[in-house]
Amino acid sequence: MAVSDSSSPSENAKAGGPNFVFNWVGRIGLAVILFWALVALAGPYLAPYPPGEIVDWDYFGPVSSQYWMGTDYLGRDIFSRIITGARYTVGISLAAVTLACTIGVLLGMIAAVAGGWFDMILSRFLDAYNGIPALLFGLVVVAAVGSSIPVLILTLTAIYMPGSYRFARALAVNINTMDFVTVARARGEGTGYLILREIFPNILGPVLADLGLRFVFIVLVLSGLSFLGLGVQPPNADWGALVRENIEGLSFGAPAVIFPSIAIASLTISVNMFIDNLPIRIRDRSE
Amino acid sequence: MPRSLLPYYLVLQRLGIALLTLVIVSFAVFFATALLPGDVAEILLGQAATPEAVAGLREAMGLDEPALSRFIGWLTGLFQGDLGTSYVNNMEVADLIGGRLSNSLRLAAVTTLVSVPIALTLGICAAMWRGSIFDRAVSILTISVISVPEFMVATLAVLIFAVWLGWLPALSYGANVDSWGAILRAYAMPVISLSFVVSAQMIRMTRAAVIETINTPYVEMALLKGASLSRQVLRHALPNAFGPIANAVALSLSYLVGGVIIVETIFNYPGVAKLMVDAVSTRDLPLIQSCAMIFCVSYLSLITLADVIAVLSNPRLRK
Amino acid sequence: MTATESNTPLVSVRNLKIGAVTDSGREVEIIKGVDFDIAPGEILALIGESGSGKTTIALSLMGHTRTGCSIQGGQIRVGENDVTAMSRRARAGMRGTEVSYVPQSAAAAFNPSKRIIDQVIETTEIHKLMPRSTARAKAVELFRALALPDAENIGSRYPHQVSGGQLQRLSAAMALISDPQLVIFDEPTTALDVTTQIEVLRAFKSIMAAGGCAGVYVSHDLAVVAQIADRIVVLRGGEVQEEGTTDQILNAPHHPYTKELLAAFEPSPHQVIASTMDDKQEPILEVRNLFAGYGTVRKGEPPVKVLKDVSFRLERGRNLGVIGESGSGKSTLARAVAGILPAYSGEILMNGRQTHHDLAKRSKEELRRTQIVFQLADTALNPGHSIGSILARPLTFYHGLRGKAREARVIELLDMVHLPGNMRHRVPSELSGGQKQRVNLARALAAQPELILCDEITSALDTVVAAAILDLLKELQNELGLSYMFISHDLSTVEAICDDVLVMFKGEIVEALPALRMSDLATHPYSRLLISSIPKLSTGWLSSLEQDPELIAQFANR
Repeated sequence: MAVSDSSSPSENAKAGGPNFVFNWVGRIGLAVILFWALVALAGPYLAPYPPGEIVDWDYFGPVSSQYWMGTDYLGRDIFSRIITGARYTVGISLAAVTLACTIGVLLGMIAAVAGGWFDMILSRFLDAYNGIPALLFGLVVVAAVGSSIPVLILTLTAIYMPGSYRFARALAVNINTMDFVTVARARGEGTGYLILREIFPNILGPVLADLGLRFVFIVLVLSGLSFLGLGVQPPNADWGALVRENIEGLSFGAPAVIFPSIAIASLTISVNMFIDNLPIRIRDRSE
Repeated sequence: MPRSLLPYYLVLQRLGIALLTLVIVSFAVFFATALLPGDVAEILLGQAATPEAVAGLREAMGLDEPALSRFIGWLTGLFQGDLGTSYVNNMEVADLIGGRLSNSLRLAAVTTLVSVPIALTLGICAAMWRGSIFDRAVSILTISVISVPEFMVATLAVLIFAVWLGWLPALSYGANVDSWGAILRAYAMPVISLSFVVSAQMIRMTRAAVIETINTPYVEMALLKGASLSRQVLRHALPNAFGPIANAVALSLSYLVGGVIIVETIFNYPGVAKLMVDAVSTRDLPLIQSCAMIFCVSYLSLITLADVIAVLSNPRLRK
Repeated sequence: MTATESNTPLVSVRNLKIGAVTDSGREVEIIKGVDFDIAPGEILALIGESGSGKTTIALSLMGHTRTGCSIQGGQIRVGENDVTAMSRRARAGMRGTEVSYVPQSAAAAFNPSKRIIDQVIETTEIHKLMPRSTARAKAVELFRALALPDAENIGSRYPHQVSGGQLQRLSAAMALISDPQLVIFDEPTTALDVTTQIEVLRAFKSIMAAGGCAGVYVSHDLAVVAQIADRIVVLRGGEVQEEGTTDQILNAPHHPYTKELLAAFEPSPHQVIASTMDDKQEPILEVRNLFAGYGTVRKGEPPVKVLKDVSFRLERGRNLGVIGESGSGKSTLARAVAGILPAYSGEILMNGRQTHHDLAKRSKEELRRTQIVFQLADTALNPGHSIGSILARPLTFYHGLRGKAREARVIELLDMVHLPGNMRHRVPSELSGGQKQRVNLARALAAQPELILCDEITSALDTVVAAAILDLLKELQNELGLSYMFISHDLSTVEAICDDVLVMFKGEIVEALPALRMSDLATHPYSRLLISSIPKLSTGWLSSLEQDPELIAQFANR
C-alpha cells in the first residue's frame, strides 16, 4: 500500500493514543443508546401513568397532548408502557449478551491457546449447535419449559454463545500465531498469562464491536419471540409484546403499533450506526 | 492422497459434518421437547387426572421406556416417514404437515426468485461504485432492514401497501386464488416482506465479497492494462468472487427460516411455520418436533450448501 | 540536476506533488515536488527505502494513485500525453499501450482463475491492437526471448501451476506485448530468492536491450539496480536527494545520504576477537543429528519433515551464521533450538547438558539463557502494552524485580540499545521499525541471556537502519560476552557479524565455512552457486557472471 509505505513513525505517533474520534453518525448512535440505557434504569419514575392502568375510555386512541403516543387496545398509555417496556427489552438483552459473550470469549481464547482435542471437540460441538436457527430454538425451548425472564435470558445466551465463541476463537487463533505470543511462550509463561495479558487486550476492540452486533440480534430475537406471544408474558410487556398486543390496530395505522416498533428500531439502528462508525482501529475485523 | 481428489474429500467431509450436526440437532430437539416439560400425560389429562389414569396413558404412549430407546424409536420413525400422531386432534402429523409444507416451500421459492437477482445486482453495483451516493443509499437501507425485527418489516409493508396506498389486502391469504391477479395479490405481501429481510443480508455480503476481490493486485493489474471499470469488475473480479457470492446467497437464504415463522404468523399464511406456532401454543409435542426438524434440515442444507460452494470455488483446489 | 543527452525526453516530470490521507483522516504530502526526465530507450532507476515514495511516483506515470492518494500538483508528461491533465478515458487508453507495468509480486498480480496466455495478451484485446492469433504468436516469441521453458505451451497453464521466477518473467511478457514506449518495473525481483533473481534480471536486461523501449526500475537494492539501470534517482521522504548516471552514483556520490546508503551496503567485517575463555569449556550450544518438522507426530515422525540430520557446535563468545534461501529450513532450525517447534529426534545440548526438545518442559533457568529475536519487529511486540511493561515482564519473570529497581533496569536496558529512557511510556505503534527491533533486543537482554537466536532480524529493515543494528549487536557482544546464532538470507550481513557460517539447503547443512573466507573456501556446488548469485555493487557484475547451467537446474529455487 502506498499509504502505509509512506507513513513515517512521527505520523503514527499522532494516530496512536486513546483519542477516539467518532463522526456525527456515530455520536447520534451513542446518544440514542445512552438515552435508552437511562430510560431502562429510571423507567418507572419517568412514566406519566402506571403502565398497567386503563386511563382512557377510547382504545387505540390517537396521539394527543395527554397521551403522547396514543393509547393501546385497552386504553392504556402507550408512552408509559414503552418507557417501562425498555427495562425488559434492554435489560434482558443486555444480560443475555453479557453472559453469552463472557462465556464465549473465555472459551474461545482457551480453545485457541490450548488447541488439541479440547479445541476440536468444543468447536465441533458448538458448530453443530449453530446449525439450529435462532428463533426456532427459542420456540422449542419456550414450548418445553414455558416462558419466564430467567428462561428467556438463558435461552438467548445459549443461542448466541456459540457465535461469540467462534468469533473470539478466530481472533485469538490469529493473535496466538503472532511473534509476541511466541516470545512470551518461549519465556515460559503459562496459559493464564498468555490469555489475559497477551491475547485479551488485542481482541478487546473487535470483541466489543461484536458484542454490540450480537446485542442487536438478541433484541431482534427477543422481540420476535414476544411478538409470537412467547416472550415476556402479560401483564408485563417488552416492546415486541407491545407490537403484538396492538397488532389489530395495524390495519388502520394506530400509533399503538407504530411507536413500539419505532422504539425497537431506534435502539437497534443506533447500535449498528455506532459500531459502523467506530474508528477502524477498534472495529478491525468485526464484519 | 492425490491432489485431484482433495476437493471431493473436503466436500465429503462437509457432508459428514452436516450429518453429524443433524444427529445432534435432532437429539437436542427431541430432548428439549420430550424430556424437559413436566409430564406429557399430566398435561394432556389436566390437573384433575387420577394417578392411575396418568400411569395408564404413560404406558399407552410408551413414556415409561428409557429416554434413549424412545429417541431411537422416534428417529427411525422419522426416517420411515412416520412422524407420529398429534396429541391434540389425533391426526397423523404427516397429514397435518403435508399440504402446509408445499405452501411454505412455494413461498420460499417465490421469495428466492424475486430476491436473488435484485440483491446480486444491487450488491455488485454498490461494490463497483463504492463510496458513491448510490452505494451509501443502499448501505443505509440494508443496515436499517437488518437492524429491525422481521415483524416490523412486515408491518411496515402492510402500512405502506395496504393502509396508505391501499394496493393490497392487509392481512390474509385470500381464499379465492382463481385468477392470476388474485394469486399475485395473495402472495405479494408475504413475498415483499420476506424478500426485504433476505435481500438485505445478501446485498451486504455480495458487496463485501466483490469489494474484497476488487482490492486484489490482479484487478489493479487489469486497471494498469487500461481495462475499463466494468471490465475490471465483470471479467476479473466477479469470476473470483463467484464462490463467496454463492456462499452469501446460500447463507442469506437461511434467514428465510427465521423470517418465514414471523411472516406466516402475521399474514395468517397456511404454512408449516404457522402450524408450528399454533402447535407451540397447544403444546402439541409430536407436531412441534416434526416442524422443528423440517426447519433444521432446511437451515442445515443451506448452510452446508454454502460451505460446499466455498470449498469447490477455491481455484487452487479446482484445477 | 544532470541534463539528459537527448533534447526531447520521453518522460518529463516537473514539481510532482502527491498527497495522501492517513488512517486518522489527516492529509499529508508524500511526494514533495519531484523532477526528473527519461530519454527514449533509457532505463532510470528510482532508489529509496520504504516510505521514500518510489512506487507512488512510478505509478503516477500511469496516472494511477492507490486508494487514499491523489496527485496534488505538478506535471507529468509521457510521450505526447500530459498525464496529469488527461481525462479518465484517455488515461485508460494510454495504460498498457504506451506505458506498461511489471508488478512486485507476479504471483498476486495474475488472476488465479484465468489462463496465463489470456492475461498476457489481454492488453491487445482491450485496446484492439492486433488479432488474437497474432497476439498469441507474439507472446510465444516473448516467452522464448525471456528464456521461459516450453514457450509454446506455458501460456495454457494457470498461474499457480508455474513457479515464482517464471511468473515474474511472464509478467514482463504481459507488459511488453503491446510494444510500449515505457515499462515500469516495480521491485520485480524483491520477492525472489537470489539464485532465481539472477535469471529474471538477465531476462529483463536482454529483452529491454533488444526492444529499445525506456524503463523505470523501482528498487531498494543498489546492487540490483547497478546491473540494469543507465541512471539513478535517489529518493528519500518523497524528495530527490541525488540524480546521476549509475557509474557516478556508485563511484562518486555527492549527497551524504547516497554515501550512507553505499556504506550500509557493505558493513565492516567482523573482527574476530581471540577468545579469552578457557578452551576446554563446553560449547554454549551443541546440536546432534537434529530432525524436526511440522504436523502431528505419528510413529515418531511428523508428516512434513523439514530439518534432516542437523549437527553443529557453537563455542562460547563466538557467532554462528546460518544462510540459505526460502524453504531451506534455517528459521525452523532457530525454532527447534528454542524449543518452539519441538524436534522429534536428535539432541540439543546447552553448556554440555542435554535440554528438552519442548520448551514447555525446559526449566526457567534454561529458558532464560537462550533468548530469541524475530524478523518482524512489529509482530514481536504486543501492541496493547507500553514499551516499559514489555521490558518489565522478563525482569519480573526471571529476576523477580519490582518497583523502582525494575524501572531503573528498564531505563538501563533502553540505554543499552541506544534508546531514550522516556521511550518506556510509548506504545509500539509509535516507534519506527529500527526502534522496535532495538526494543526486541532489549527485551532479550532483560533476561541476561548467554545466547541470542537472531532470526533474520535485519531483513525487514532498510539497509541503513539494518547496518546500525548490526553495529549495536557487535557492541553488546563486547560488553556482555554474548553469543549469537544469526539466521539470514543475506550473505553480507552474516559476514559482518559471524565467525562461522552454515549453508543450508532443503533442511540439511551442506557446508560449514569460516565467515570471512566463504567464497574462497566453499566447495559444495550449492554453496558456490548461492555465494556467486549475490549481486555485487558494480555495473559489470551480471554480464561477467558465469554460472554452470546444470548447477542452476539442480539447485535453484525456481
